[in-house]
Amino acid sequence: MAKKAKTAKKVGLEGSFAIAEAAKLADVDVVAAYPITPQTHIVERLAEMVADGELNAEYIPVESEHSAMSACLGSSAVGARTLTATAGQGLELMHEVLYVASSMRLPIVLTVADRALSAPLSVWGDHSDAMAVRDTGWIQVFAENGQEVHDLVLWAFRVGEDPDVLFPVMVHLDGFNLSHVTEPVLLTEQADVDKYLPPYNYPMPLHPDKPVTMGAFGPPVIYTEAKKAQEVAFENTKGTILKGWEEFEKTFGRSYHPVETYKADDAEILLMTMGSLGETASVAIDSMREAGKKVGLVKLRLWRPFPFEEFRQAVGNAEVLIVLDRCISFGGPGGPVFSEVKSALYDEEKRPKVVNFIGGLGGRDVTPENFEYMITRGIEIAEKGSDAEYEMIGVRE
Amino acid sequence: MADLTWKELELGGIISSPGNASAYRTGDWRSDRPTKDYDKCIKCGMCWLYCPEAAIKIRDNGMYDFDLFYCKGCGICAAECPKDAITMSEEEEA
Repeated sequence: MAKKAKTAKKVGLEGSFAIAEAAKLADVDVVAAYPITPQTHIVERLAEMVADGELNAEYIPVESEHSAMSACLGSSAVGARTLTATAGQGLELMHEVLYVASSMRLPIVLTVADRALSAPLSVWGDHSDAMAVRDTGWIQVFAENGQEVHDLVLWAFRVGEDPDVLFPVMVHLDGFNLSHVTEPVLLTEQADVDKYLPPYNYPMPLHPDKPVTMGAFGPPVIYTEAKKAQEVAFENTKGTILKGWEEFEKTFGRSYHPVETYKADDAEILLMTMGSLGETASVAIDSMREAGKKVGLVKLRLWRPFPFEEFRQAVGNAEVLIVLDRCISFGGPGGPVFSEVKSALYDEEKRPKVVNFIGGLGGRDVTPENFEYMITRGIEIAEKGSDAEYEMIGVRE
Repeated sequence: MADLTWKELELGGIISSPGNASAYRTGDWRSDRPTKDYDKCIKCGMCWLYCPEAAIKIRDNGMYDFDLFYCKGCGICAAECPKDAITMSEEEEA
């Protein structure tokens, strides 16, 4: 586990401000963003830092999220450390440019205060926006609390900008639950950050002295090769991702892993969550453990690249795996996380039965009681089977 | 480009030799080929002026010719020629 945390200032910060502080410590060069709830506080604070001279960066107030990500492409391509933030509909409006960032191998950091998608219009949290950008070729992680949000932004710059990686990184934090909740956060020290995060040097930057063409067209004769090169490079990021976390622990004393577990070692029944609901679920695990049930929790931190090895190891010995999705794949094989998890286990000789619940949509609370119900009902479904691909939690019938 | 393997591509598909599009034979796209009746040509240069691909070359004697390496066969030269000296015909028959 984590070594004793080194000296750092503990302050009360909401998740959004914890991101802004991390970006400032990372000495970010360019922020191009468009405000959208529940992300607004992130860029509002960054704009304030720039205006007050606390942060020496260009703040580009653009006219849309599509423009935000497009401006980020340019700044990252000249070798400027670049950050933006968005949520929900804003992430959807960025969608096509997200592919351009990853295909052009530009290590932009994007913090997403995950939010439901309209209609009905909802500014509240779920993972519908995150799941819609699953295949955009970005490295993606989910944070569970304000401290993780702060830490993962620093890690994202370090990993994304590594010459062996050069991919953009998305840090997901649950809208409102993390973006707007004030928590104690250990702020990292500037000297430690400087040690942890080397300067960003893009190997072939846009520069008039040595002109290059970026984002050229790729006719059928070359497109397949371009995608193969991208996928191989993306799969090869895993080592640097892990090293980034190892070095983080050495520098700051806090440890991170692609898949994290809670009371899972001898668990026969496992719950699986992503993001802030992990803390709520752990309350349910504690109370069911007290009642003598062998239950545990698996939390998926690294979403892309999917950590197959760590995931299979974490759930391999369980009898039932209960997955909570915060997104619907309409007419699909259950929630998106569930269908991926099931497919990741398909070829395993020993594998748990996988049961799916969908809940926490559009900001609906998921309580410890809900998790206890999911465990009890999940065991029942695993034993008796069910006609449905999933059951929805907390819906009024 | 047609021979490059995925391992030989630059980072993110960057093209590090600017202007290498000149090596790309856009003439392969052509389905209609222009031909010219040199007896009708008055060397006015309208074809050269209107060609959107700069695929009309000027000889030393002032006569205009097609650069079939780049000509995409759009037919604008044939439409603009004031003497109807240029005709378009299907590539296979030309």
